[in-house]
Amino acid sequence: MYDAPHYTERDVAQTDTKISAKGVQVYYGDTHAIKDVDVEIADKTVTAFIGPSGCGKSTFLRCLNRMNDTIDICRVQGDILLDGEDIYDRRVDPVQLRAKVGMVFQKPNPFPKSIYDNIAYGPRIHGLAKNKADLDVIVEKSLRRGAIWDEVKDRLQAPGTGLSGGQQQRLCIARAVATEPEVLLMDEPCSALDPIATAQVEELIDELRRDYSVVIVTHSMQQAARVSQKTAFFHLGNLVEYDDTSKIFTNPEDPRTESYITGRIG
Amino acid sequence: MPLLWLIGIVLAIAVAGYVIGRKRALDSAGGDPRNLHSLPSYYGSNVAMKVVVPSVLVLLVWLIVQPIYVGSVVSGALPDRAIADGSSRDLVMAEVRRTADGLNNAVAQGIMTDEEARDMRADFTDVTQRLKDAGQIVTSEVTQPILNAAQQFRAMNATGAIAMAIVVTLLAIGGLLWGLKESEKDFRARNTVEQGVKALLIAAASIAVLTTVGIVLSLIFNTYEFFKLYPWYEFFFGTTWSPSFSGRGGSSELGIIPLLWGTLYISIVALAVAVPIGLFAAIYLSEYAGPKVRAVAKPLLEVLAGIPTIVYGLFALLTVGPMLVSVFGKEGLGIMQSGTAVMTAGLVMGIMLIPFVSSLSDDIINAVPQAMRDGSYGLGATKSETIKQVVLPAALPGIVGAILLAASRAIGETMIVVLGAGAAARLSLNPFEAMTTVTAKIVSQLTGDADFASPEALVAFALGMTLFVITLGLNIFALYIVRKYREQYE
Repeated sequence: MYDAPHYTERDVAQTDTKISAKGVQVYYGDTHAIKDVDVEIADKTVTAFIGPSGCGKSTFLRCLNRMNDTIDICRVQGDILLDGEDIYDRRVDPVQLRAKVGMVFQKPNPFPKSIYDNIAYGPRIHGLAKNKADLDVIVEKSLRRGAIWDEVKDRLQAPGTGLSGGQQQRLCIARAVATEPEVLLMDEPCSALDPIATAQVEELIDELRRDYSVVIVTHSMQQAARVSQKTAFFHLGNLVEYDDTSKIFTNPEDPRTESYITGRIG
Repeated sequence: MPLLWLIGIVLAIAVAGYVIGRKRALDSAGGDPRNLHSLPSYYGSNVAMKVVVPSVLVLLVWLIVQPIYVGSVVSGALPDRAIADGSSRDLVMAEVRRTADGLNNAVAQGIMTDEEARDMRADFTDVTQRLKDAGQIVTSEVTQPILNAAQQFRAMNATGAIAMAIVVTLLAIGGLLWGLKESEKDFRARNTVEQGVKALLIAAASIAVLTTVGIVLSLIFNTYEFFKLYPWYEFFFGTTWSPSFSGRGGSSELGIIPLLWGTLYISIVALAVAVPIGLFAAIYLSEYAGPKVRAVAKPLLEVLAGIPTIVYGLFALLTVGPMLVSVFGKEGLGIMQSGTAVMTAGLVMGIMLIPFVSSLSDDIINAVPQAMRDGSYGLGATKSETIKQVVLPAALPGIVGAILLAASRAIGETMIVVLGAGAAARLSLNPFEAMTTVTAKIVSQLTGDADFASPEALVAFALGMTLFVITLGLNIFALYIVRKYREQYE
């Protein structure tokens, strides 16, 4: 049942490292949430983080675009390099970093604005469009990439909050894509969706792989197996195993990984 | 028998009913509470409820109806000759009541015996003298008809009180028996008590609503009286406000426009101060301030809301007014005559309104889900972009509500205006001139010694009615706005 697509391994071998994390430690107050994690995330690849609840996979994901900065008690140590540059360097503006490293959240969170304004939000604040026509082009392109254009093209001025859950999540993906990011982080993007919407979003993730490096946190091992080429297994704040998805699901090296994917721990 | 005693007896019966009812129910279940339909205390409460509710209701109705009934009977029995020229039946009845009270007090002090007070053939000059000796104020000589009426009044009230005590006590005992009869193990006491609680809550809610209706009705009737004495078009469209307290009717000019203008002008100045400051303070407190700053600053800001408005009035009169005069007065720009002006009252009222705007807006901004902010930060928006484009639009309906609430406070504010804006009703655009508002004029119209039936006093009700309609309209408008945005944003 964990039939990872076989054609992917060749692709992975050809790509470069996009994000490289070394010795990352995260503390929430006194709690040591992430312990010494090393990870190399490849470009134009879907990387899945799996693991039981509270293992730190979402926390680590939020380190990659410095979203943890918005939490007062959170401290991050270690190096995270994006294209060889330390994103925790003083000179890096987290705001600009987040434009490069987009994020999609667990619960769809469209802004209380029209569908058009939801997509145009990022391009507007970053000044990506020279004029209205330009912006229209960006909005259409993003909605097409989010695989939702056909469903909303006739009602771009309708509120984004009026869409169904699955449409909202694809709208949020399109919104993240609109700022032309290089990396897309997805924090359990399908956990609030029904199976059909999940299938649509998964299909979309596979398409996004052509242009972006995608990192997805998921609770569903089937999902990890379906959409990802690389999989990292987190347990109690440690990165237990990180390898090709097919390897993790068929021939894991660590006994803990095997226990988890066969359902004995979790 | 004093009323307090009667209530005491009813309560004592209720307590006894509670204890006995509880015990009876337990006994019927053979002493095992598990065999009862409800907990034992519910049986007790059921009995107590049946004792208290009917008897107290009858007591209340009796207390309202008896004076009306006795008054009308005695008043009807007064012979026409007892009413002097230039007087009225109501005035004579007031005299009768005073005499009756005087007799009561005299008896209570032991100056008169009860028999003497009741004696129909008593010499009334003597009674007058003795009442005066007893320290009871008797405005004029007590005449024979008045004395007789007063005696009848006393007698009927005394009979009424005894009858009331008997009826209420009997009702309480009847309720006790009824409740006790029901107290056996299969009776659904819990459901009955729940019904009683529900009725109590409904009663509380209807009293609140009915009071509002009563206030509005009294406003409407008095306004109607006013418009019988004064033409409505002169009231609504007159541009001069100059009531004359000495003359009657015709010499007063009671146009509301200068007052409305003053109200609106001062409110606008106040909102122009309060809305930006309050909103920015709310944004700082909810989005930027750390927990420590917030824990100190928010209560401090809310202290402003606890200051009595008369203190703000003093602040306007003694500090802000002179300060403005020193800048805009004769020494400075020369456009301000004295310390009392629209600007003074508006500024101080604005300060008073800051905590209303900031505290409510702060709560509303905090209620915007964190997911919205995360979504915006995740797209590379800065904090102020997020606030401006995501948080504030989402919070807008609530913020509009907060502002309109502040506006109705501003329109209804009185003390600051009395002390800060002066009392001159005038139509002017200069914010450094003294003006006055509707509320301040209501106070001055009712605190003078004008006859309560004159248009100069009744105009206060018309003013109050107009103000009420305006605030009502404002609130409806606020609801409309809030609903409109809510449809768009949720």
